Amino acid sequence: MKLEAKIRKRYGNFLLDAAFTAESGAPLALLGPSGAGKSAALRCLAGIDRPDYGRILLDGRPLFDSEKRICLPPQKRKIGYLFQQYALFPHMTVAQNIAVCLRHLPKGRRRARTAELTALLRLEGTEGLLPRQLSGGQQQRVALARILASEPDVILLDEPLSALDGFLKGQLELELGTLLERFGGPVLWVSHDLGEVYRGCRRVCVLDGGRSSPVTSFPALLSDPETLGAAKISGCGNFAAVRPGEKPGYLSVPEWGLVLRCGRPWRDGVALLGIRADRIQPTAAGEENAFRCRVGRVVEDVDAVIVLLLPEGAAEDAAALRMRIHKEKWAEWAGKGELLVAVRPEDILLLRE
Amino acid sequence: MDWFPLYNSLRIALVSTVIVFFAGIGGAYYAAKVPRAVKGILDVVLTLPLVLPPTVVGYLLLLVLGPKRVIGAWALEAFGARLTMQWWSAVFATVVVTFPLVYRTARGAFEAFDETLAQAAWTLGLGGTYIFWRIRMPVCRQGILAGTVLAFARALGEYGATAMVAGYTPGRTATISTTVYQLWRTNEDGLALRWVLVNLSISAVVLMAVNLLERPGKVGRP
Repeated sequence: MKLEAKIRKRYGNFLLDAAFTAESGAPLALLGPSGAGKSAALRCLAGIDRPDYGRILLDGRPLFDSEKRICLPPQKRKIGYLFQQYALFPHMTVAQNIAVCLRHLPKGRRRARTAELTALLRLEGTEGLLPRQLSGGQQQRVALARILASEPDVILLDEPLSALDGFLKGQLELELGTLLERFGGPVLWVSHDLGEVYRGCRRVCVLDGGRSSPVTSFPALLSDPETLGAAKISGCGNFAAVRPGEKPGYLSVPEWGLVLRCGRPWRDGVALLGIRADRIQPTAAGEENAFRCRVGRVVEDVDAVIVLLLPEGAAEDAAALRMRIHKEKWAEWAGKGELLVAVRPEDILLLRE
Repeated sequence: MDWFPLYNSLRIALVSTVIVFFAGIGGAYYAAKVPRAVKGILDVVLTLPLVLPPTVVGYLLLLVLGPKRVIGAWALEAFGARLTMQWWSAVFATVVVTFPLVYRTARGAFEAFDETLAQAAWTLGLGGTYIFWRIRMPVCRQGILAGTVLAFARALGEYGATAMVAGYTPGRTATISTTVYQLWRTNEDGLALRWVLVNLSISAVVLMAVNLLERPGKVGRP
């Protein structure tokens, strides 16, 4: 199955303008910082909000079409929506929450199906409890069971792991992945956490300030994010204004006083370069794109060290460069006040604003 | 002791509570939805009886229900019945006076309702009627019930508007409150005190019920 959406909607000062396609078997991540319009996009898909313009097609069948004046109510869309806080009905027990969309079945069938879903989501023994008597993970599983009971064609997940913490989160992430694989229909997974969706999804669409980037794969997003927003959400930490250098293939970075060779051709609209913190590494003399830096603060992370560097030719008010290096490797270089570092030409990202 | 006033007060309070329950919830549900400007005006009009002196409410009611007034004259013509000075005339008075109590508490409860619950219900394929009666109402139950019980208590003790619209006829329109006034006026202090005690105990029970309803987590479980 295939869910195609191209929607535009104004919320006060905020404009959502998104286009993406999600297919069965390849969960699509909607990745973006908070306030990027991720939830708004889901609300439009589910029919809770009505877009101003655009089209939402499920296997070619319009759920919404502003030109043909089609707008199916949420009840008719068969789109399951996992809300961030799960939206369980607080006055109903676990079993009642799940059976709420099985009312059309005869009693015996209803019982059997509820029991089936309860077992599938490992909720045995909680049937008689109220949502507030459950842990966060259990609440999420009830919400998922309830969605599966409604037999949706598509499932939307709004930050499914954000309300959970630590060990539990990792556990549930794996379970969720298995469940979604078994579900079989298109899945949209909204998140601000790259790692989470990298593990759970196959395709990704970056949303930033209400605008979506083209759907791509994770390796493509990481190797060439194209926009500042996509670079930021994919974990890139160093940015500076850039212009083409005098020699072809070279870039000039006035803020850091550097001229660097870049592995990609210059593109129209490029305003910034980005360098991931783990792609700057100390080097011996003679390497390409090497430059001398003063070592500033050194911050220890769980398994790595983050070193703030100021290139020799940098402007007075230049932002420091962040270098991320493994602890063992850093041991060789620690204690020096100055360092020669290098960036490989293919690790320089060219970004539009 | 003639127990008619207790019986009369209870039936007036019960009938008006049933009416006010549905009217108040309906009013609150729509008031929570309309644009802010309209809501402001609606709020003033619907809450006014709460702050007006009951005699003013009674006077205004007589202005429309009196046998020579618009509605009163029409009812007399159509049904041959006077709308005033009957036992049920008091229901007009108590409905108007207690409506704001249900309306305001129900509106507060509806406004505090987490709309994502309704939205989740939509995406699960549930219809509007089911959502209203099986999700919205039960979730808002505490506030609505508390308001309804308060409205019942207030209806039970209503004096000013009731006295003007239904009058005081022993055995026909006498309520507890009008009886107490009448007994006191005719120097039957002992009997008046008995009715005062009856009224006090009913009100105390009702307020205890309100307190129980407002205690979070106690009531409200299925």
